[in-house]
Order: sequence, then C-alpha cells, then structure tokens
Amino acid sequence: MARFVLLLVMVSVATFLLLELIPGDPVDGLLPEGATEEMRQQLIQLYGFDQSLVTRYVSWLGDLLHGDLGTSWQTRIPVATTIAERAPVSLELAVLAMALALAVAIPVGIYSAYRPGGIVDRIATFIASATLATPAFVLAIVLVWVFGVQLGWLPIVGWVPFSEDPFQHLRAVILPVISLAGGECVLFIRLLKGDMMATLQQDHVLSARARGLPTWRILVRHALRQSSFSLVTVSGVVIGRLIGGAVIVEMIFSIPGLGSLVVIAINNRDFITVQAIVLLSALIYLVLNSLVDLAYPLLDPRVRRATT
Amino acid sequence: MSTIEARTASRLLLQVRNLKVWFDTPRGLVRAVDGVDLDLRAGETLGIVGESGSGKSVLSRSIMKILAPSARVLPGSEIRLKGLDLATVSPKQNKHLWGVDLSMVFQDPMTSLTPVLTVGAQLTETLRFHLGLSRDQAEEEAIRLLTLVGIPEPAKRAKQYPHNLSGGMRQRVTIALAISCSPELLIADEPTTALDVTVQHQILNLLERLQADSGMGMVLITHDLGVVAGRADSIAVMYAGRIVEKAPTKRLFSNMRHPYTRALIDAIPRISHPSHTRLASIPGRPPVLIDPPQACGFAPRCPSAQPRCLSETPVLEPTPIDPAHASACFFPLGTPAGDAARENNIKAGVNAAGTAVNAGESTDGR
Repeated sequence: MARFVLLLVMVSVATFLLLELIPGDPVDGLLPEGATEEMRQQLIQLYGFDQSLVTRYVSWLGDLLHGDLGTSWQTRIPVATTIAERAPVSLELAVLAMALALAVAIPVGIYSAYRPGGIVDRIATFIASATLATPAFVLAIVLVWVFGVQLGWLPIVGWVPFSEDPFQHLRAVILPVISLAGGECVLFIRLLKGDMMATLQQDHVLSARARGLPTWRILVRHALRQSSFSLVTVSGVVIGRLIGGAVIVEMIFSIPGLGSLVVIAINNRDFITVQAIVLLSALIYLVLNSLVDLAYPLLDPRVRRATT
Repeated sequence: MSTIEARTASRLLLQVRNLKVWFDTPRGLVRAVDGVDLDLRAGETLGIVGESGSGKSVLSRSIMKILAPSARVLPGSEIRLKGLDLATVSPKQNKHLWGVDLSMVFQDPMTSLTPVLTVGAQLTETLRFHLGLSRDQAEEEAIRLLTLVGIPEPAKRAKQYPHNLSGGMRQRVTIALAISCSPELLIADEPTTALDVTVQHQILNLLERLQADSGMGMVLITHDLGVVAGRADSIAVMYAGRIVEKAPTKRLFSNMRHPYTRALIDAIPRISHPSHTRLASIPGRPPVLIDPPQACGFAPRCPSAQPRCLSETPVLEPTPIDPAHASACFFPLGTPAGDAARENNIKAGVNAAGTAVNAGESTDGR
C-alpha cells in the first residue's frame, strides 16, 4: 500500500514538472482577444500561477486528498465531472477491445500451438507479420475507408451514447474496437502460442494423451492454464494502455473518451485536467498489476504455495 | 495351423511386426525403431531392456500412438492388440481404446501429472470420460483406486495437487490413472528410473500385484536388466532400434547368445565382487541412427566383432536348439564360431572395428 502511494506521488510530481516544461503560458489561452494586462493579472491571481511550483503542487495535493481534482481552467467544469463523463466511454472501448482480442487470440493461439505450420497457424502468422508492422491508426484508417467510405456499412466518425440509441451505439463502436483490438490480438496470439507450444512438449500432456482424453480437453484443461502466464501479465498492461491511452483511435473516430480529452487539455494548456488523467492512468495500471499478481495463484497452484 | 498354435494365437494380446519408426530431423532420417517384432500373451510380462537411445520409448509411444509429429511409422509396420490392427483405428474413431484397453505409466512422475489439476480431478476426469461414471461414482472410484495403489489417506490426497506429493506417491497416482479403466495391456516405460532405490522396489511390487489381480499384460521397459530379471516372463534386448536377443527370461539368463546382452549383465555391479572392483562398462557409445551402414550396430563395441559384422546386418533368428530364443548375431556366445571369434580378438587385443578388447571382459564374469 505504501508502495502504491509513493508511486502515485512520484507520478504526480513528474507530471507537474513535465507540464511546466511545455512552452506556452496557460493564461494566454484563457484570455479573450484584446484582454488588458489587468485582466491578465486577475486571472493569474485567481489560479495562483504567481505562486511557486512547490506551493502549487502542495495545494493541488491538498485538494486531491480532500477528493477534489480541481476545476478545469478552460471550461470551469470540475475535472472530476468531465472524467466521470468520459471514463466510461474509454472503459467500454477498452473492455470490448480486450474481449474481442482475447476471444480471437485464445482459440487461434491454442490451435496454432497444437498444429504449428498448419493452415490456422500460417494464416495467423501472415496476418501477424502484416499487422505488427502497422500502427493501430493505419488499421483504423483502412477500416474507415473500407467499411465506412466504400461499403458504407458503418459510421465513419461520431459517437452515439448507449442510452440514446443502443443500436447506433453498437455501430459506432465496432470500428474503433476492431482498430484497438487488432494489434493486441496479434500480440496475444504470439504470446499464447509460444507458451502453449512449450507446455505441449511436457510429459503431462503426453500422459493425458496416453490416457485417451479428447484433444480439446487436453489443450484446454491440461495445457491452457499453465500457458497463460505471459498472456495474463501482458493483458493487464494492455488494458491499462487501452483505457488511458487510446489517444489516436479516439481522435480518428472523434470519440469522447479520456484519450481525446487529454489531447484537448494539452492543446489548451489545461494542465489541471492533464494532471488528473495522468494520475488516474497510473492508478489504473497499479490496480491492474495487482490484479495480475492475484491471478497467478489461480492459474497454477504451485504459485499458491509459494505466496501463502 | 495346429490347435495348439491357434490357441496360442488367440491368447496373444500384443503383436508387433516389422515396426519401423523413423524421425525426420534436419540432419537426416533417424531410424529410431528399425524392424521390431514382439509378442505378448495375455497376463504375461514382457521386459524390454536397452540403454538410452535404443528406441524402447519410441516403441512404447508408437503403441500408444503418442509419437511426435516428426515421427513416421513406415508402411509394413504392424501393431495388433488382440488381432486388431491399431494402424486401422484412430483415437478419434475409437475413443475408448487408448486409455482403456491400452494404457501407459511414464518414467518421471514429477512431470507426468498435470500440475494445475488435483489428483482426484485427473482420476475422475479419466473415469468419467471413458466409463461414463457420474461425478459421485467417479469420486468414489478414484478413492478406491488410490487405496488400491497404496496411498494412505486417499480422500485427503485426492484433493491435493501433484506437487503436494512425493515422487513415489506421484508414481502411485500415475499407476492408479493407468489402471483406472482396467486395461488389458499396461506399458510401463522405465517406471522406476526417476525414483529412489527403496521406492523402486515398492513400485515394481505394486505393478506385479496389480497385474496378478487383474490379469493384464504388461510391457516393462527398463535399462536395468536387474529390474526385469525376476519379474518378466520373457525379455527382449534392444540395441540401436532393433531387438538383438529375445527369449523367455530363464532361458535368456541361462544361455545368453548376444554379446550385448552379456555386456549388459556384466555391467551390473555385484555385491559378491570385492570392494573397489572397477565397474564393468561397455566401451564406446550407441551408434547414431542416421543412415546407419550395413553392419551390426553393436560391432564397434563388441569384443567378438569380426569383419563380417562390419559389412552385414545380422537378422534376429531363432536359435537351432530353442525356437523361443532368438538372437541377431553372426558369432553368438556359446557356439564354436562365437567362442573362436572372441578368443581371437582377445589374442589380438583388438576387435575387427579396431576397439581394444581386454581379457577381463572375456572371462566369464558371472
């Protein structure tokens, strides 16, 4: 727990310092055209820009400890409110992308390991070498071009909240989710296939085969769990990355998530919002990593003995 | 076919004919098993003896159909279980043959159980799949099996994971798994090699007792002639993918024909030897099985080897006096030709392949 807090403090300090390095004065963006020096001074006073870095950090931290993330300099809306609006969008995208990536990667990974050099493996390897070299945004643009522009099946940009129209919401979600899932899926297949191939060489798999158990049962019950350590570890990192940092995909599809929020906030020098999002991302990473640690003993009882 | 022969044939549990299993490797074709014939009658034990790399594990895996994908079973190879040609059935078509009629105990109990499943789960899984038992019946049966193989507190052990058990206990569990569906043939591939000496004895006795109770046939594979000496009805000695000698156990020991069998026996340390006697060993190493030349595979290490052994491959033939005893040697021990060959080599101090032969190996060490 102490480690947790220390890490979060370090992250917040680092963000504070780094944001200070960004050229441009936040006040400039806030002032209307032709504002007087007096108005400028008032604004500086209001937000406390005249105070030292340390004082500002301490006061920010103090507010944070009281559960106050501050108010956006730009919009005058409490940062917490904005995040609460946008986080569910990013969370939904991340969870769906993750679910899609795993739903494809687990069976494909298992089968590729079971029949290396087989048709599934060869197709997967081909797609992998093609997509590993392709950034997510290229995939996004290709998908938009094919399904949005050429075929016209799916909306090109835009976001419809689920509460407004569930069907349109799903249509709007499909392309961003596939863009996010694509690269991760390829990574998952590689990880799982590698571990799985090693497990399938082991004696207990041979012995399960000698017992005449059906192949799928051996693969899933006798091999998959021990082979998912890398997959689970990386999944934790990936889902954190997807929640806090699906920046490019959110920008391409103009999705009101955390990723696009952070870009807008940086452009506007709305550092108090950036602070909050960075802190939230760090927190998500830490929580996910702990969850991953908790998952190990579930995967392999031998770890259980070592930790308890 | 006479009635006696017919009756014998009907009791034949396992028949292996001309089994050839080759492996595709980057360096060439490895002839791991190169023409093996075996017979096992119901209820009997066949001991297969050979050193590492002699092909005995590949043999057992081809019977179980768990060979690596790079293995090729050559056409003409035949494995029959009670007359049924196993090449004509696949595990997919016949779900309840492997694991039921045919089962296997592996060498290393530390690795041959699935680490993430409890002992009980592995047993009940097999029982439910093959025998269609209900969950409760399977759990009951699992505990009965654990008791049968001599595991104390079976109900508690069933809930434990393999890593909670000692090596000997784990091997008992793998045996319980192997006999869970009352197999007709149990293949035990070096079942005691990974265990402590004291535990080895217990496990072998357990196998013997289970066999006596159930009447199953057993193939006991080992590199230790001492293990099979008192337990097998007949013994086949394997070298370089071939059987070099086979006979009913007593006749093999009383009338050894192949110099390799003899060398294996001589390599067993004896309590009757004085302390600090040098352990007898077989010079050299088993041959590489990639594109083997026309020659006896053992010739380079054989104290009796003659020029003929280096240019021709001897076939396994019954001895003139005993049709049940076969060996693959041009100069078998106990024949005038064999004795002469050996004596000449000792005199010359070297065999036809240029390997030194010293007198110590020639004297009857028994």
